[in-house]
Amino acid sequence: MIPTYKSLNSIKNIYFENNIWSHAYYKLKKNRAAITSVVVILVYTVISFLSKIEWIASPWDEMVGDSYQSPSLNSIKLLLGTDIFGRSVFYKVLHGTRIAMSVGLISSLMSVPIGVILGSFAGYFGGWVDNLFTWFYSTLSSIPNIMLLISITYLLGKGQSAVYFALGATAWVGLSRVIRGEFIKHKARDYVVAAESIGASTYSKVFKHILPNVFHYVIIHFSVQFMSAIKSEVILSFLGLGVQGQPSWGVMIDDARLELSRGVWWQLAGATTAMFLVVLSFNTLGDALRDALDPKMK
Amino acid sequence: MFIYLARKCAGVIPTIVGVVIVVFILFHWVGGDPTYQMLGRHASIQQIEELRHEYGFDQPTHIQLFNHLKQVITFEYGRSYATKQPIRQMILNGLGPSLSLMLPSFILNAIIAISFGLITACFQGYWADRLIVSFCILGMSVSILAYILFGQYFLAYKLGWFPISGYEEAWNERLRYLILPISIYIAVSVGYDVRFYRTAFLEEVTQDYVRTARAKGLSEFQVFFKHILKNSMIPILTNIIMEFPFLVLGSFLLESFFGIPGLGSITIDAIHNSDFPVIKAMTILVAILYIAGNLVIDLLYAWVDPRVSLK
Repeated sequence: MIPTYKSLNSIKNIYFENNIWSHAYYKLKKNRAAITSVVVILVYTVISFLSKIEWIASPWDEMVGDSYQSPSLNSIKLLLGTDIFGRSVFYKVLHGTRIAMSVGLISSLMSVPIGVILGSFAGYFGGWVDNLFTWFYSTLSSIPNIMLLISITYLLGKGQSAVYFALGATAWVGLSRVIRGEFIKHKARDYVVAAESIGASTYSKVFKHILPNVFHYVIIHFSVQFMSAIKSEVILSFLGLGVQGQPSWGVMIDDARLELSRGVWWQLAGATTAMFLVVLSFNTLGDALRDALDPKMK
Repeated sequence: MFIYLARKCAGVIPTIVGVVIVVFILFHWVGGDPTYQMLGRHASIQQIEELRHEYGFDQPTHIQLFNHLKQVITFEYGRSYATKQPIRQMILNGLGPSLSLMLPSFILNAIIAISFGLITACFQGYWADRLIVSFCILGMSVSILAYILFGQYFLAYKLGWFPISGYEEAWNERLRYLILPISIYIAVSVGYDVRFYRTAFLEEVTQDYVRTARAKGLSEFQVFFKHILKNSMIPILTNIIMEFPFLVLGSFLLESFFGIPGLGSITIDAIHNSDFPVIKAMTILVAILYIAGNLVIDLLYAWVDPRVSLK
């Protein structure tokens, strides 16, 4: 049968209905745990945004009661009690959310372009580019991450921007490794050869043809990296290398070390619960994304 | 096999050189002059000059690089800024406590995680599997700091089951102090590992040899604990070396919380005191240990699967 326009169109429809994205969307929509996680993450994002523009939990450093007042339901400010200076722990948790989410977002956004560009070039070009790249990432990954993070934040002079930079500068390694492997596999496939034969440039082959086919790894990486950045931020702030002069979950946990023996548990409870919920959501979402997008996992 | 060994050893050299260069760039260029951080804001010019001279920051870059290489090769990093002790001595003293904490944690964790991984893979889809996997995800999401504070406050301080913190040289005392930190390490890391091993074992379940083993009438226990376990050695070894960075983090936090005078405490103290030479020495030491660990794992790959060495 000679293919008519109509039959070609239906082939196109079949293709689009069966592509990885619509399939993933369909799978995710059915996964209730994943939907819940997305909702939790959205709520955290809204909280961070609202506390950034100071619509909620502002000002966080105001005295709302006595030192170490225990939690009470009388006022929203006292929901989680007060800290040593009489500041609202609940407000501090909300501001800590802003710090954690912004660290997660910025470091993931930094790591994606670096990881994609280095990984795709190494995988596509091979040869000395690949050798140089492989050497570079095996060097960086031989210094355990926490040590590298500590060194970079320490040397950049502590504080929030040092944490962003340190996390962004170390997080691309895992992604670029995966992207490199996928590019090596894809560059010999028929569709790339076809693109080359109609005169596609290197740029268009790498970014227009291959990249969309491996992009789901970027999304999986994004969700995993977001979570591990949040965890690392808490540890760095706890060590005194993170944000300075602002509430952060890590700083709150550090304060709680000395407070626990006096029976003050609410600062620890607030910070760890807030962190637990968002990390759990990212873990669940990361699993769901991997199930839905990674063709190797079925 | 010998060629494989030689090739692997030679392959390690560029990585070590890379680490040395990265650390040099970080600590001598990016960090700029660390003397300001070490002395604080109110240092006099003379103090800064003296310290710069002591650590060689007044030298030209190539001399600094040469000194840096000499330090790495001779493992002689000079004296700590905060405690004035030779750094080599500090590291040697810290090695014992760190090993007696991390080695049992590591081994017990591996045994527990692999056993639970086998059990969950064996009961895939049943309630036992679902329960364990759910607990793993929950456990993975709790911060290590929360585990430590909870353990130290409730189990040690409130209930008095364990000493709150401290360390003794005598073995029975040492064990008493180490039980809680070891259990916390296992609680933190077992969740991720169980899930990893479960996935690795499930990939084996559909293989032909498993069907053959079942067909010849082996019990499920034998199929899983003998055949699947042996054939999954490669992912197991991979995961074991991937755990190294986590061991480092665990050693930092657990040692500083529980007052164990190991390498982790040394590093944490160095961060708090802005003790620049110690942080540098620890970075290089940890990286070299990790590279050595990777080399051992590469050799073990060839041992569990001789085909590896032919590639």
